[in-house]
Amino acid sequence: MTDNPTTATADRVAEFDQGRKGFVHQVQHRLHVTPALVPLIVLVGSIAVFGALLGNKFFSPFALTLILQQVQIVGIVGAAQALVILTAGIDLSVGAIMVLSSVIMGQFTFRYGLPVEVAVVSGLAIGTAIGAFNGWLVSAMKLPPFIVTLGMWQIVLAANFLYSANETIRSQEIASEAPLLQIFGTTFKIGGAVFTVGAIFMIVLTLILAYVLRHTAWGRHVYAVGDDPEAAELSGVNVRATLISVYALSGLICAFAGWALIGRIGSVSPTSGQLANIDSITAVVIGGISLFGGRGSIMGMLFGAVIVGVFSLGLRLMGADAQWTYLLIGVLIIFAVAIDQWIRKVSA
Amino acid sequence: MKKLLAGSAIAALSMTGVAFADADSTTACLITKTDTNPFFVKMREGAAAKAEELGINLLSFAGRVDGDHETQVAAIETCIAEGAKGILLTASDTSSIVPAVKQARDAGLVVIALDTPLSPIDAADATFATDNFLAGELIGQWAAAALGDEAANARIGMLDLSVSQPTVGVLRDQGFLTGFGIDVKDASKWGDEEDPRIVGNEVTAGNEEGGRTAMENLLAIDPTINVVYTINEPAAAGAYEALKSIGRENDVLIVSVDGGCPGVQNVVDGVIGATSQQYPLLMASKGIEAIAAFAKDGTLPQPTEGKDFFDTGVALVTDQPVDGVDSIDTAEGADLCWG
Repeated sequence: MTDNPTTATADRVAEFDQGRKGFVHQVQHRLHVTPALVPLIVLVGSIAVFGALLGNKFFSPFALTLILQQVQIVGIVGAAQALVILTAGIDLSVGAIMVLSSVIMGQFTFRYGLPVEVAVVSGLAIGTAIGAFNGWLVSAMKLPPFIVTLGMWQIVLAANFLYSANETIRSQEIASEAPLLQIFGTTFKIGGAVFTVGAIFMIVLTLILAYVLRHTAWGRHVYAVGDDPEAAELSGVNVRATLISVYALSGLICAFAGWALIGRIGSVSPTSGQLANIDSITAVVIGGISLFGGRGSIMGMLFGAVIVGVFSLGLRLMGADAQWTYLLIGVLIIFAVAIDQWIRKVSA
Repeated sequence: MKKLLAGSAIAALSMTGVAFADADSTTACLITKTDTNPFFVKMREGAAAKAEELGINLLSFAGRVDGDHETQVAAIETCIAEGAKGILLTASDTSSIVPAVKQARDAGLVVIALDTPLSPIDAADATFATDNFLAGELIGQWAAAALGDEAANARIGMLDLSVSQPTVGVLRDQGFLTGFGIDVKDASKWGDEEDPRIVGNEVTAGNEEGGRTAMENLLAIDPTINVVYTINEPAAAGAYEALKSIGRENDVLIVSVDGGCPGVQNVVDGVIGATSQQYPLLMASKGIEAIAAFAKDGTLPQPTEGKDFFDTGVALVTDQPVDGVDSIDTAEGADLCWG
């Protein structure tokens, strides 16, 4: 107690400051190397918090796999969105492509009596074609992705309503005549956990894309184009082909999302998926993928989608007003982008 | 040809179904929430048929999505400028639209709210609508009677429209609970009830996707739910999918409101136990008649006796009729269905 308290405190603060700086620097470096780390920490943290607050109601295999089922559509569309955003683009037409593809699969089967396999392939092909057209407008016509996909969103959505006359194809008809359309809704149980083919598809798709982006030449080209298209061009990357292939693949994935959507809601409903573009961008941003392109991991997108699902279900189980979910998601979005900026500053 | 060109030019300005006005004939406007929902499509058909019969020019407008308020305001302004005699309106935002409606009435137009009452209801000259409280009450009474003594132990899930609690959703919800025999406390909002039989309220946006997610959330709160109220039939279809995924589709009673053709078919298939059917075509054709009468000699439409709006009727559609609740079977429901 004879020590001069002021000096002691000052010393300690100085020490602490130094240690913290080193630690912070380490964290920054770690985050820069593994961009999916922040969303993963938020995900684990939020599951732990809701688990502690709600106990078994939330922390059960049933509830946790339910979250996967609830986010499967956003997760699949989010994969498409993530690819485009990695090239420093954005795709506002993802939800519209998804819905149109599902409507085509349904109407080709029920209106024209085509075999269901043909209808599914047609839906996938049309989704891919729309995506490729987006890519062509962006890369060859040099139009900004935001404008191209803003226009395509309206065009595809209007085409969807005109073509379908907003008619719903009922779940019971699909189940009896074209069960293949509902295959993504097939459930299987492991203990209390309930999985659907759609949820598994979302996870497998993300894993495959994560591998392809990291370990193939095409994947590295996607990052290179997003980081600096001119440098990529100079080092021999075919920027135009890469961009078209990214948008086409995005369209294909959206068409798969349309197929999964039929499994999820049972019916073919032209009014579904209106917010899929915003929801998918939300998942991508919370997942730590930089909107400036070239940085981020697609696994982060999956964590981002699941985080939204965890907050939605957790808050509903706590009986909170649904608006709280949106409010917290908003906070997370801004937090995620702030982290991204911070990492950029350090790495620069 | 000139007429056709002018028509398409206006159609390009996001109007549909335009017949160009002759100088001395009556023009009426129909403004709906969207032109994609079959309910409003049917409404437009009803209005168009009646307008043609009475020799009235009909201008149709619609918001882009449910909740698109600005487009509706612009449509009202266009109708005033056009010199229309009257407006039939299903408002997306029932209170914010009131100043625009007042502007139209001040300009000498008759404004009739279809399907969705304005708030306050007397902001329009008249309201032609389904008695949504009665529609809810019928399915509530039916559900209680179908359960019999078990109604005392029911576990009820409420699938509502949206957190903003639009009047249509509140009326149906509170009507259902009243019909079921539950004290609704404040009848102007849902969610304040304290009856332990209610598991919870979830919102669905009135579509399949929302219906499924909302049902899953309620099942996570209480997996023993055995009665489900739904705001409309697409939400009911989504709820059914959620129940099916855990194998409970056969022991839960789902009730709904609307009476669209897919919904009636879902009653046939046992997806929905009973639904209250409403009649959009009638609302629109009565509305056009009222505008014609107003244009002729200034008569304003009168509300149904004992109500503050003109009731276009509602019928309970089910194949399992119960004592004490009037209903029609699905064959008759299918004849009268819309969409």
